[in-house]
Amino acid sequence: MTIPIHYFLVLAAALFATGAVGFLLRRNLLVLLMSIELMLNAVNLTLVAFNRLHPQNHGGQVLAFFVIAIAAAEAAVGLAIVLAYFRLRGTVRSDEATALKH
Amino acid sequence: MTNMQLVERVFFALAALLTLGGAIATVAARRPIRGAMGLLTTILGICGCYLLLHAEFLATIQLIVYAGAVVILFIFVVMLLGSSAESPADGSAALPRYLAAGVFVACVLGAGTLMLRVSADRGKAAVPAVAEHFGTIEKIGRELFTEKVIPFELTGALLLVAVVGALAVGRGKQADPTLEPADPSTQDGGKGEGSAITEATTAGAASAHAGDRA
Repeated sequence: MTIPIHYFLVLAAALFATGAVGFLLRRNLLVLLMSIELMLNAVNLTLVAFNRLHPQNHGGQVLAFFVIAIAAAEAAVGLAIVLAYFRLRGTVRSDEATALKH
Repeated sequence: MTNMQLVERVFFALAALLTLGGAIATVAARRPIRGAMGLLTTILGICGCYLLLHAEFLATIQLIVYAGAVVILFIFVVMLLGSSAESPADGSAALPRYLAAGVFVACVLGAGTLMLRVSADRGKAAVPAVAEHFGTIEKIGRELFTEKVIPFELTGALLLVAVVGALAVGRGKQADPTLEPADPSTQDGGKGEGSAITEATTAGAASAHAGDRA
């Protein structure tokens, strides 16, 4: 392979930054969940890239496999929570979640 | 050889473009359905990166799980919510959030430049050659079911718990239709006293049924 590993690492860092900025700046719960998925994907890309640098075993790829499974579980539960929240409040704005504040 | 190099570079550039473009579309989309499409684009780009990194099995899993399940789940929820899925005036974030985001982006940019500079010093031939079947389902399966079998089984348990949890949360507070129909005025699962009464009657009916069975 001729592409240096750090290209992938920089790409993953940029992806993670995009996801984090989206998580911080957006107020839509659905977009927040998608931003979390972006960040998980960035971490997965980093794991696989480092595994390519040390190809004696498949530790990074197996860990990325586990992360994918956990991300799927997180998306299922998170979307169920979004639906329950929508049923309660009639909106998906994260600002309206103030029940514990008052 | 140079031809091959060129192909690899073009492929990587395409994958990186898809990844970053999709990510920005996800974050910047005003409608969540477009965000879901951006997420799909990102996932395709990352799949391309996995192929370049000799992770064929993970590329397949990425397509099946993310593009096939997670994005579809998002689209289902967006369609279930309808027009209320998009929130008006979403861009007006508070100043601390902008500050936090700015600091974060600055950190990432600094780390990225540092990394590029350091690795440029260390030379570019650092990527080792791989064994013949690196990253295939055979090798990863062998490792998954021998060394890492306990985390693998735990992941199965986690998925089971997640399914049960998603069902329990997503179903909401509904009276069990097989039980005695409660008073229709309290049936809508509303707020305050009404729902408390519904719960009380449901619990009463449930205990009555349990008594019948016993």
